[in-house]
Amino acid sequence: MLTIEQLTKRYSTGDLALDSVDLQVTKGQVIALIGPSGAGKSTLIRCVNRLVEPTHGRIWLNNEQITGLRSRSLRRMRCRIGMIFQEYALVERLTVMENVLSGRLGYIGFWRSFFRRFPETDIERAFDLLERVGIEDMVDKRADALSGGQRQRVGIARALIQNPEILLIDEPTASLDPKTSRQIMQLIVDLCRESGLAAIINIHDVQLAMMFVERVIGLRQGRVVYDGSPAQLNAARLTEIYGEADWTGTAREEQDEQRDLPTSAEVIVPLIELPETGVGRQRVVGS
Amino acid sequence: MPVTVTGGQRCWQRRDRAAQLRIWLVWLVGTALFMAAWSFISAQTIWMFVWDSPAQAYDLASRMVNPRWDYFERILWPLWDTINIATLGTLLGVIIAIPIAFLAAHNTTPSRALIRPLALLIIVSSRSINSLIWALLLVLIMGPGILAGIIAIALRSIGFIGKLLYEAIEEVSNEPVEAIEATGASRMQVLSYGIWPQVLPTVAGISVYRWDINIREATVLGLVGAGGIGIQLQASINNLAWNQVTVIFLAILATVFVSEWISARVRHALI
Repeated sequence: MLTIEQLTKRYSTGDLALDSVDLQVTKGQVIALIGPSGAGKSTLIRCVNRLVEPTHGRIWLNNEQITGLRSRSLRRMRCRIGMIFQEYALVERLTVMENVLSGRLGYIGFWRSFFRRFPETDIERAFDLLERVGIEDMVDKRADALSGGQRQRVGIARALIQNPEILLIDEPTASLDPKTSRQIMQLIVDLCRESGLAAIINIHDVQLAMMFVERVIGLRQGRVVYDGSPAQLNAARLTEIYGEADWTGTAREEQDEQRDLPTSAEVIVPLIELPETGVGRQRVVGS
Repeated sequence: MPVTVTGGQRCWQRRDRAAQLRIWLVWLVGTALFMAAWSFISAQTIWMFVWDSPAQAYDLASRMVNPRWDYFERILWPLWDTINIATLGTLLGVIIAIPIAFLAAHNTTPSRALIRPLALLIIVSSRSINSLIWALLLVLIMGPGILAGIIAIALRSIGFIGKLLYEAIEEVSNEPVEAIEATGASRMQVLSYGIWPQVLPTVAGISVYRWDINIREATVLGLVGAGGIGIQLQASINNLAWNQVTVIFLAILATVFVSEWISARVRHALI
């Protein structure tokens, strides 16, 4: 579905961010892209929608070549690729609804978007998506009034309203607390499954990645050094990706391999931040 | 090197010897230059007049202390003109400055090689000429009146607003811009969704600030015939009607005071 061939990116500073990367993503596959800072994870997904211009190599989405597209056809291609950002990248002074609807900009003309005259179907879809990600009460709030988790949900809705064929997700949880991170990851994975969406998720947190995805790609200095299931990601392989460290507790132990992924119900029920639970308070008192 | 080791003892100083010496040298040259300039100015000054100035100032002030209050109603209309010149001039300036700022900011300009330098040239030339001089030229070209004043104010404001705004555009956070680009939006849509909301408070803040300055500038435009209260001011000074001048000064003071208050309120509301 997404095919990357010999993708190379050398920045004008001379840094080689990607070194001949080959990668194939099949329909509905959710991939975690892991690797140390500076390994080229962000560059890789930004090359896919050409926010970063590749130096060399080719990329196809469903047999249509992305590399080499020019202005109008590139914009049409970008409509088919949704993107979710680490710092949410919402327009702070616009409302939640405007932020979500901005995902439709590629489909309507300038003056319609300027006067906020979006088609009725887009608005209905926006309401549906906001309900799906659990922030339907926030429609009229300005984006800067939201918490981190809520903002990321807006970011997810904005990407999904594009009706994308693939999602590029850049560190979706790096600015969130552990609980919200799990909720957001679960939400992303569920949404991908619901609509058979493929996704590439850049992620720092290896454990979190292993909980949710079916395939992990390890990147080191712009090269793919691991491509396989999270189950086989042992200490030796993590060392190959990140370098020497104590991987106990991160790498999968043999007996852990059978453990199921957490079910949706476990993680997704508290969609909106719950008030502090008794358990949490007890723990604080106890410590 | 700020850290020196003498006999195993590490010693830190803010600057090393060479840097310290350079700073002393700069001070020495600066002071010498100041003294030279001072002696030159002193030689050019007719000190007799300067020593006389307190007496002259007292004399002038004593003629101004009994304001001619009934003159006030005669300057109400020119005062209204002055406010209108400032307001319409600012409005016109803002409308022209916004597109120029977008053409000048290096992250939004369509062409860095051609259009950006052109936009910067417009901004610089507008800024380098005072609105009083613009008014002088415009009165010559289109005759005296309020219109010349409005355009003079607008021409001066374009550079001021354009410069501050294009700097603000260059400093917008790039993340939302990238996100809007990633949705497949066109260049104009990226401007209106990604950048415009980010600079909107700045646009409003700069405009109100410039309006506040323009009210003060508009009060003198009449001196060259470009409408407003300056005409009355000049006439009163020419007729040595100092008690009228006082009334005009007080009226200007009150207007500036009110405009300052309004602009402070508006800027406060925007933050």
